[in-house]
Formats: sequence, structure tokens, C-alpha cells
Amino acid sequence: MNELVTPRAQPADEPRVARKGLRVLAIEGIGPLTVLGGIVWAIAQPYRVTFFYPDGKAFWDWAVQPPLLAVLVGLLFSLVVAPGLVDDIEREHGDAAEG
Amino acid sequence: MLPKAEIAHWLFAAGFLFFGLVLLAEAVVGTEVFRRRAWRACLWPGLALLAGAWLWVIAIFSTFSTLHLLAHSVWAQAATAAGGVQLAVVRGRLTSQYWSLVTAAALLVSGASFLVHEQNGWLFARSAFLHHLIGWTLVVAAIFPVGAALRPRRAVWAYGLAATWVAIAVMLFSDRDIAPIFGHLSDLAGGGP
Repeated sequence: MNELVTPRAQPADEPRVARKGLRVLAIEGIGPLTVLGGIVWAIAQPYRVTFFYPDGKAFWDWAVQPPLLAVLVGLLFSLVVAPGLVDDIEREHGDAAEG
Repeated sequence: MLPKAEIAHWLFAAGFLFFGLVLLAEAVVGTEVFRRRAWRACLWPGLALLAGAWLWVIAIFSTFSTLHLLAHSVWAQAATAAGGVQLAVVRGRLTSQYWSLVTAAALLVSGASFLVHEQNGWLFARSAFLHHLIGWTLVVAAIFPVGAALRPRRAVWAYGLAATWVAIAVMLFSDRDIAPIFGHLSDLAGGGP
């Protein structure tokens, strides 16, 4: 072995590692991107956020503010769905490496 | 105290956005990894059944128009059927890949229901435009579960179905009870002086 000749297992593993990294990145990115979308939307259309224009608003206007709902969905995904999925991707990768 | 229709549509938009993200996650990691945890496997059918239950509640309050009552009932029935069948699939009671044709039928019937119950043209008002757009989106999206039944190994069907629900969420978030579309609002839609 030298710098020109490497063990075969090393380069063969690289695409799998890269693929696992991409999947983890995608899963971890979905929630924050959704939150970012909601924030950008709130800045672009502030009149859809009742907190910015509170005069004369009723219960449902306070309870349901579309950009904040998008932020909430992103947070829900990030906190509830994404962590377990990332764990399972890494576990699958570990099982495959052992096998 | 009853919310306006647009409020209910925004709440459904949030639900569909979460549904779309869940489907997208399943497409990214693959069905095998996604269903490793029982609660996660039941998310998609559970959300569909929940949507069905809520649509039945909304159908009860849609008595102002027979067409709206029928349309909401059709959507409720379609969501309940698709959710129920998918629940049986993830629990292993149903094994054939062709059961995803039930989801295709649900999308097709839901889309047709949108198109049939909108009596006005595309540019009558924003809500009319969105009815047409959502209706045709659902009709076209029925191809994804059909593809999943015929060529189940291709990931494009899962990504397509996920993108469909994210798009439907964006459309529903855009909905207003009375609002112009591309600067146009019919006098008959409430846009007149």
C-alpha cells in the first residue's frame, strides 16, 4: 500500500457514505427550509400576520395566521419526525457496514 | 364563532403541508427505513383518516349549499377510504402493490369533485381559480399512485405524490373568500361597488 494504491474497501465505501450524508442533510434540511419559507412569507405579506395588524381582529384571526402555521409545521417536522429518521438512517448505515 | 371558510382552508393547508413533508421524508429515506418505527409508518394513513374525520365535520356545516355538502362529503369519503386502506397496508393486512390504486381513485374523485362543484370560470375570483387549479392538480396527480402500483421500485412516484401535497398546501394557503385573481374580480363575486 502507498499513496497510489489504497485498500479496495475505502473507495468502495465512499459513494455509500456520500449518499447517507445527502439523505441526512435532506431530512435535517426539510424542517428549517419550511420555517424559513414561513418567515420569508411573513416578511413579504405582513398583513397576513395578525400580530402586525391587531386592530379589529377576531379570535380566528389570532388563532390561524398562515405564515406562522407554515413555521409551526416546519418546527413540528424538525422536532418530531426528523431526529428519529436521522437515527434510523445512521443505524441502517451501521448495519450495512457491519454486514 | 364558526370560522370563515378561508380559515378552515388555511388549517387544512397546514395539515397538507405536514402531510407533504412526511411523504417527502419517506421518499428520501425509502419505505423500509421510514417504517422502522410503528408510529411513523402509521403517520400517512393516520393523517388521511384525521383529514377524513375533519372533512366529515365540515360537511355537516356545509348545509348552505347542496353542492358544497356533496363535495365535502366526497372528499371526506375519499380521504377515509385511502387512509383506511393504507393503514391496512402498513400493518401488513394487505400486501398487494395494487392497493395504491385506491389512493389514485381517491385523488381522481377528489379532483373531479373540485371541478364539478365550481360553477364559475377560472378568472371569476381567486377561489374559483384555485378550485380549478386544485381540481386539475389532483386529477393529474392520480398518475403517481398508479405508477407506484405498476412500477413500485421507481422513486419518482413517491416524490411526485409528496410534491403534490406541498403544492396543494400552497394553493390552499393562497385562498381568500373574496379576492381578485391576476387583478380580476367579477362584480358577481362581490368585487363590485
